[in-house]
Amino acid sequence: MKQPFRTAQGGRIDRSRPVFFTFNGRQYAGHAGDTLASALLANGVHLVGRSFKYHRPRGILSAGCEEPSALVQLEKGGLTEPNMRAPVVELYDDLAATSQNAWPSVEHDIGAVNGLLSKLFVAGFYYKTFMSPKSFWMKVYEPFIRRAAGLGKAPTEGDLDIYDKMHAHCDVLVVGGGPAGLAAARAAAASGARVILIDEQNELGGALLSADELIDGNPALDWVAGIQAELLANPEVRILTRTTVTGYYDHNYLIAAQRRTDHLPRRAAGKTARQRLWKIRAARVVLATGAHERPLVFADNDRPGVMLAAAARTYANRYGALVGKKVVVFTNNDSAYEAAFDLKIAGAAIPAIVDLRPEAGQGLLERARNLGIPVIAQGAIVGVKGTKRVAGALVMRLAEAGEAFADTQPAELECDAIAMSGGWSPAVHLFSQSQGKLRFDDAKACFVPDVAAQHQASVGACNGSFELGACLAEGLDAGAAAAEAAGFPATAKLVAPVAQSRAFGTIKQTWVVPSLRPVGHGKAKHFIDFQNDVTAADVALAHREGYKHVEHLKRYTTMGMATDQGKTSNVNALGYLSTMLGTSIPEIGTTTFRAPYTPVTFGTLAGRDVGHLADPERHTPIHAWHVARGALFEDVGQWKRAWYYPRPGETMEAAVSRECRAVRESVGVLDASTLGKIDVQGQDAVTFLNLLYTSAFSKLEIGKARYALLCKEDGMVMDDGIVARVGPSRFYLTTTTGGAAKVLDWMEDYLQTEWPHLKVYLTSITEQWTVAQVAGPKARAVLEKLTDTKLDKESFPFMAVKDATVAGLKARIFRVSFTGELSFEVAVPAHQGKQLWEAIFAAGDEFGITPFGTEAMHVLRAEKGFIIVGQETDATVTPQDLGMGGMVSRLKPDFVGKRAYTRADTARVDRKQLVGLLTDEPQTVLPEGAQLVEVSDDPALTKGGTSPLPAPVPMIGHVTSSYWSPTLGRSIALALVKGGSARHGQVIMAPLTTGAVRCTITGPVFYDAEGKRANG
Amino acid sequence: MLLITCPWCGPRDEIEFTCGGEAHRARPQDPAATDDAAFADFLFMRTNPKGLQRERWCHSQGCRRWFNLERSTITHEITRIYKMGEQPEASADATSPARQGGQP
Amino acid sequence: MPAGTGGSSIFLALDGAWFLIGDDLMSELDRAACTVPLGLSAKAFAEAAGTRLALAELVPPGALNLRGDLADHGFVSKACAVLGCELPRAPNSVQSAGELTVLWLGPDEWLVLTAPGGEISLAERLEEALLETHVAVTDVSGNRAHLRLKGAAAREVLAKGCPLDLHPRMFKPGSCAQTVLARTSMLLHLLDDAPTFDLFPRRSFAPYVVAWLVDAMRDHEGVFLNAA
Repeated sequence: MKQPFRTAQGGRIDRSRPVFFTFNGRQYAGHAGDTLASALLANGVHLVGRSFKYHRPRGILSAGCEEPSALVQLEKGGLTEPNMRAPVVELYDDLAATSQNAWPSVEHDIGAVNGLLSKLFVAGFYYKTFMSPKSFWMKVYEPFIRRAAGLGKAPTEGDLDIYDKMHAHCDVLVVGGGPAGLAAARAAAASGARVILIDEQNELGGALLSADELIDGNPALDWVAGIQAELLANPEVRILTRTTVTGYYDHNYLIAAQRRTDHLPRRAAGKTARQRLWKIRAARVVLATGAHERPLVFADNDRPGVMLAAAARTYANRYGALVGKKVVVFTNNDSAYEAAFDLKIAGAAIPAIVDLRPEAGQGLLERARNLGIPVIAQGAIVGVKGTKRVAGALVMRLAEAGEAFADTQPAELECDAIAMSGGWSPAVHLFSQSQGKLRFDDAKACFVPDVAAQHQASVGACNGSFELGACLAEGLDAGAAAAEAAGFPATAKLVAPVAQSRAFGTIKQTWVVPSLRPVGHGKAKHFIDFQNDVTAADVALAHREGYKHVEHLKRYTTMGMATDQGKTSNVNALGYLSTMLGTSIPEIGTTTFRAPYTPVTFGTLAGRDVGHLADPERHTPIHAWHVARGALFEDVGQWKRAWYYPRPGETMEAAVSRECRAVRESVGVLDASTLGKIDVQGQDAVTFLNLLYTSAFSKLEIGKARYALLCKEDGMVMDDGIVARVGPSRFYLTTTTGGAAKVLDWMEDYLQTEWPHLKVYLTSITEQWTVAQVAGPKARAVLEKLTDTKLDKESFPFMAVKDATVAGLKARIFRVSFTGELSFEVAVPAHQGKQLWEAIFAAGDEFGITPFGTEAMHVLRAEKGFIIVGQETDATVTPQDLGMGGMVSRLKPDFVGKRAYTRADTARVDRKQLVGLLTDEPQTVLPEGAQLVEVSDDPALTKGGTSPLPAPVPMIGHVTSSYWSPTLGRSIALALVKGGSARHGQVIMAPLTTGAVRCTITGPVFYDAEGKRANG
Repeated sequence: MLLITCPWCGPRDEIEFTCGGEAHRARPQDPAATDDAAFADFLFMRTNPKGLQRERWCHSQGCRRWFNLERSTITHEITRIYKMGEQPEASADATSPARQGGQP
Repeated sequence: MPAGTGGSSIFLALDGAWFLIGDDLMSELDRAACTVPLGLSAKAFAEAAGTRLALAELVPPGALNLRGDLADHGFVSKACAVLGCELPRAPNSVQSAGELTVLWLGPDEWLVLTAPGGEISLAERLEEALLETHVAVTDVSGNRAHLRLKGAAAREVLAKGCPLDLHPRMFKPGSCAQTVLARTSMLLHLLDDAPTFDLFPRRSFAPYVVAWLVDAMRDHEGVFLNAA
């Protein structure tokens, strides 16, 4: 296939390898080494997309990551990705790209009518247009904004690719593989430091890849190849190409996104991580991130074919693609002259270099003359011919001072492209993210790093040093200094290479180029922010309306808020604002630079934390048994706990009822391994526990356990569990499943920081023990078959603890009960848990032993009025509120929480207190969380549904637990009700959407209030 | 993400630690003798300075030891790390952005 | 060579990476003590020899958590006498003697690893010797699973989820560390320069850790310019 704008030779593409791709359904050919942008340009395609707001035809502005205009949608279905910048998309076989924001096609876009209505879409149009009526917001405005906003289409299918992450550490991180970065990496590596060199392009060299400079008298790329070889040979150097450092955080922690397979055909999707997130901690950082060229703001400067001069040069030199056959160059500085010369040499005609300055840098005019390029000094492009492609430039000469023209009529220069340069902005994004302070360099007309906030150095163009020799020297020095600071002094002084020097010259700060009609008048638009369609007129309007602070201006106009984050627009907007305010740019300051530097895919941020690896599932040693028995699981923190074990065809309700009945009538077994467990040892263990728990343990006998509460200093219940004394100075504690880690940390906190003099050691043994809770009237009969230890009431009373041999295993038995039934908890080392479990089930077979899950456990404990921390409590509930005042010691002089109980708020009698609720209609099960109010006839409350909202009604409490009780054959609920302990017998109601439910307040214990069964 | 030098384990990423808030807020020796206002102050009030703050941290994924550090709430610069029970003199003000960040 | 001790291992082939779980020679009880209920043949074991990267689950060792005060000479001398091994004093270091390995966990805390089943008598001897001393000896043999990851790419695999600097300059054989791997806490012990890492996750997290490692291993060849 013909590529009509391909140069005759040269460039870093492989002309022997064609690569075929489609754009908007049409097939094109490029070459290996092309980007999507360079291949499109080689085919003469400039019209790539439509703009965000006005749907203006847009082309390719840049040759790098700063691209605001040429955004495309790549691929389809599970591979699709929106807002891909064509200049950084490497071409691969069968790549399929489409234009965005255009319908029905990029050539004929219906949304372009917005351009005619542009008076409606001025700065702040969101705020002005979508204000009233209020009722329009949800149904009209928001859907409109959602449809109009954004550029590409978000994927609707699951991503077929996988992504991962990698941690990395180094002595010196060098960001940027251009001349300054390479010199820095070389110097740092030569000292023996561990170096990571990162560059966002597919190969090292940076700006040298696009230029024709000489280093040490040889082509610069020879020097690059030499350094690269040296670095590759060094095992302590890691080079990451196609990798963008997107965030610079505290303590030299940087995030980089690596595109590992994006440049390859997509057939292999899902086989290997497509992109990788690098998390890098560096002792020292050298930033060599280069600079971005700025556009000039002139009338219709967004027409396809208008692009940055350096980009045009890159396309010609690096990719062998001409941006036009006739290219007018428009500049306010010297750098664009090199572009003009190279384009001419590559085969383009240059009708003129239009220079806003009266005088170009030394030697440039002579070189232009030798190449036959006319130079129009003090000239300006005042208009562009053509809409979907540049057809000509209207040029006028400026009078010596200010905005006036020296000509009366513009001259039209026929051309098919305009290469512009408004100067250079150092890529200070990462420096600024790291909290470094910037300063405005008036001579260079750009922000440069001033004061660093972290251990870093900026070198080369990102430091405002645009000349090659300075880049090399700065890089070498900074690399060596960084290595030395990281503990690797230079072994030998490296000599900076000698570069052919081109002076940067002067720049004329022209923020908006004068045009035939003033900004804001006529049809011409002067674009500042190409991606968010912000024009000079918008900035002027915002200024007139009083938005004078740069951060306000940014939000009002949305300037710099698109996916490109204003890389090409920020300084121009600031400059223009400063001229209107009559102040200087330093006085205005700049907006904050935030991560990410360039967009990062969600997949990269998620990495492998997806699917079955999204969050750890913790399994008890009995897990496989539960699975085999058909258990469904409940998530308790990260634990998977058996919820209930339905038989084939059994409903949840039926299964839970069956499990409850088994415990009440025969015997059931619960896997209680997940409870937190702490081993407490030391001569001060009793003192320590007395200070932490609300109850006292001084009199707790060895071999006995007690249920106990932990409160925070504010007196609110934090956790509960069993405290068992297993030796003179040794205790075994349990905590709730969810509270295990928190409680241990909390205890260590007191031990290490408040009472370090106490001789106590705490050790987590949560995972050491598998615990089988054997509960029910037949529990004793089952266990007696497995142990010689006497289990009768006298030998092994309620709340006793004994070491024993169970099923041949060294075990510890706790006679505690969370179901209200006779119950033994048997603990064995975790790796023997399954043996114990199977032995218990074999022994219990004759009794119809039944595994029961957490749902039955919840029902059984609710029947007994036992609380669950986090369900009956919510960090505002005291033991007294729960009716557990008896567990709060009055004798101990101090314990955590004690002082709080005499505070006015905790001593109130009308606090919410734990009660039972019995619905008038026994079949009705209240929803947990239901609000409770006083009985009322207000139909708004009693009728539920969508009846008119009632006047505010005082809420007197809420339902904390609610179940169908198979034992009682009716519903039961626990609730926290204001002053509830004094209201037993009274009727209140729960207003639900289905109508009010009346219920009677009772005590919280519904079953076996005397506790005979557990004691039996 | 901060890089915190555990007094025992050495420099580790922030994710290995938990922060226990402001340091040197001693629990009242005799809570019963503490009046309501003073106890409420202990329970609820924190200094929240702009500048250097001393904080308690626990290397919870590592050696499980609690320790103190001094950190600028503006720059996140860590100016001191010291063990429980120690109370070194105040550092020079580290609020100036010109101060180098990172580890002491 | 693949991981595993005493030739008692079972491997599972997965996407070209070999991953070893338990042992076809091990007893039912030993197998039950492991956390990942999978098993394959000795043939797979043999085929795994010579692969670049192997992951094993070993039978968990006998393990005691030991607490005591290093400033208490009585404690140190008596404990060392019973253990027949020095207590590592330097943070993140390991001492071993015979079949005993002692890992530093904290300034007053160590993990003593011994042969499976050996923990009971060792605990009794320690408690007896340290009767009058402020110590804590706790059997933690069931607390953690024991995984072993070996091969040239082992550091790279761990680096996908571990924020610790595992570079040979920074983390040498004989080092241990309590840190984070992926979304769980992890005790690491570097045995040799192969490198061979012993990983001790909390037991309940072991299935997650194994699944995470197998996933990380499938793609261990980075695409660096200077990759081996």
